[in-house]
Amino acid sequence: MNQAKLYTKDLHLHYGEIHALKGVSMEFPARFVTALIGPSGCGKSTCLKTLNRMNDTVPGVKITGKVLLDGEDVYAKNVDVPTLRKKIGMVFQSPNPFPMSVYDNVAYGPRVHGLKNRLALDEIVEESLKAAAIWEEVKDRLKKPALRLSGGQQQRLCIARALATKPEILLMDEPTSALDPISTAKIEELAVELKKEYGIVIVTHNMQQAARISDYTAFFLLGNLVEHGPTSDIFSNPKEKRTEDYISGRFG
Amino acid sequence: MTEKQSIISTRRSKLTLEAVMSAAFLLCGLAAVVSVLFISVYMVASGGPVIAKVGILKFLLGRVWNPGNGQFGILPMILSSIFATAGAILIALPTGVLVAVFLSKLAPGKLPGALRALIDLLAGIPSVVYGLLGAILLAPLIFKLQTWAGLPQSGSLLAAISVLSIMILPTIITVSETALRAVPKQYEDAALALGSTRLQCIFRVTIPAAKSGIAAGMALGVGRAVGEAMAVTMVAGNAAILPELLKPVRLLTTSIPLEWAYSSGLHREALYGIGLVLFVFIMIINAALSAILKKGGAHNA
Ligand SMILES: Nc1ncnc2c1ncn2[C@@H]1O[C@H](COP(=O)(O)OP(=O)(O)O)[C@@H](O)[C@H]1O
Ligand SMILES: [Mg+2]
Repeated sequence: MNQAKLYTKDLHLHYGEIHALKGVSMEFPARFVTALIGPSGCGKSTCLKTLNRMNDTVPGVKITGKVLLDGEDVYAKNVDVPTLRKKIGMVFQSPNPFPMSVYDNVAYGPRVHGLKNRLALDEIVEESLKAAAIWEEVKDRLKKPALRLSGGQQQRLCIARALATKPEILLMDEPTSALDPISTAKIEELAVELKKEYGIVIVTHNMQQAARISDYTAFFLLGNLVEHGPTSDIFSNPKEKRTEDYISGRFG
Repeated sequence: MTEKQSIISTRRSKLTLEAVMSAAFLLCGLAAVVSVLFISVYMVASGGPVIAKVGILKFLLGRVWNPGNGQFGILPMILSSIFATAGAILIALPTGVLVAVFLSKLAPGKLPGALRALIDLLAGIPSVVYGLLGAILLAPLIFKLQTWAGLPQSGSLLAAISVLSIMILPTIITVSETALRAVPKQYEDAALALGSTRLQCIFRVTIPAAKSGIAAGMALGVGRAVGEAMAVTMVAGNAAILPELLKPVRLLTTSIPLEWAYSSGLHREALYGIGLVLFVFIMIINAALSAILKKGGAHNA
């Protein structure tokens, strides 16, 4: 029995003819940052999305193998997908706040999950914005449109929005690829801070980023999980030639 | 050939063409502005005098329309037009938006295409045909209702609302569907990833994000409903009395074609006056809606 919070077992995914994941077995421990790296199109985002079933709606998708969260099969027939997604939050590549106020963005998740009490909502909004290190910047403009914030602020708002549903794991798909270096640094700092409470899985094509913030790194190539282990091992002492080539920048 | 190319143009013809084209565009633009100005001036010039003669308050707030007797009060028509339009929007807006949601988000396979073809067909049917259908299919049902309520059988506000709401439905559906489709997928992805169900995502994120487009569809619907004369004439009963749901009504639009042929003198001028009121009516509605839209837009941007 695997003790990890979340893990996959022999996971295959097809988008019609495209075999995008070819037997991925790996674990995502709570209170650590796991980074998924590899060249474009190798299946990092796909792997991430299988964890909260965001691939479900893609036409022609076929998934075999297992994803287990606390020992329960995420793809079992009787799974309540909204509850699953409440437990596994997600932050996307480009910041995508709703065209609503800052407050309504953060309160969206709790409201959808049935919370109506105004005071409780206020509290969650403040808590989440603080946890995402953006409270000081927005506390006086909670009623203002979220789309007026800068790109970096929008992305931290999206993190706050994801935290507001009180997830256990946070998935981040290249969350800094659309941001400037200063905003990127803030998000990285935040990821390290957040892992005290959440399991974090981050896709990145920036290897320095993976080295800086992750505890475990998984290297993907053409849908295969080539190598997976503690970040320091992957970067200083890779077992596979292909990993070494990628990390030393020989391809990709 | 490696001759150096100068940035000074030597081709006269190219410059001339540019000048001619921009003059042509300017002219077209001016034509539009001038037409609108001309229409406005003409409407005021022809409709103004009667309002002055009768007195603006007596004209707009008078309850009796009896040209033979020199009474020209159009309050019943104003109220009937407002009620009929509001009723039609009240029915057609929610229905239309739901159909648009179904077409753009929920309908499986080839169904949306087939339904869309049908809706385009509905949009193209001449309004007099809607009037006919209303008179043949709808009127008998409403007659039963009237008998049950102890009223004489006649055309009614209810019939006018029903016919108008069906007539404006295709417009509202088509415009709303376009707006719903234009909502960025990333909003919906975010909503789903936060654990919304499909319906929560649609009602809490997609529809609000499409609201300015849906409002534009509503504005077109209002315009068509206010301006419609033919179909309404056939089902409304056309008595110029204050509107009640099961009693006959006469809208602003219908008086003009109904009485035009035999009107003369002040009576004819009064019809011009109704035209002017209708014109101002549409202007006010458009201005109000664009103000609402602007407010909504500023909130989002
Ligand atoms: N929705 C989709 N439909 C079809 N093919 C897809 C879809 N999403 C991704 N793919 C394909 O799956 C492979 C993996 O893509 P992805 O997971 O996005 O890679 P990465 O995130 O590592 O760049 C690619 O070949 C890509 O073209
Ligand atoms: Mg990707």
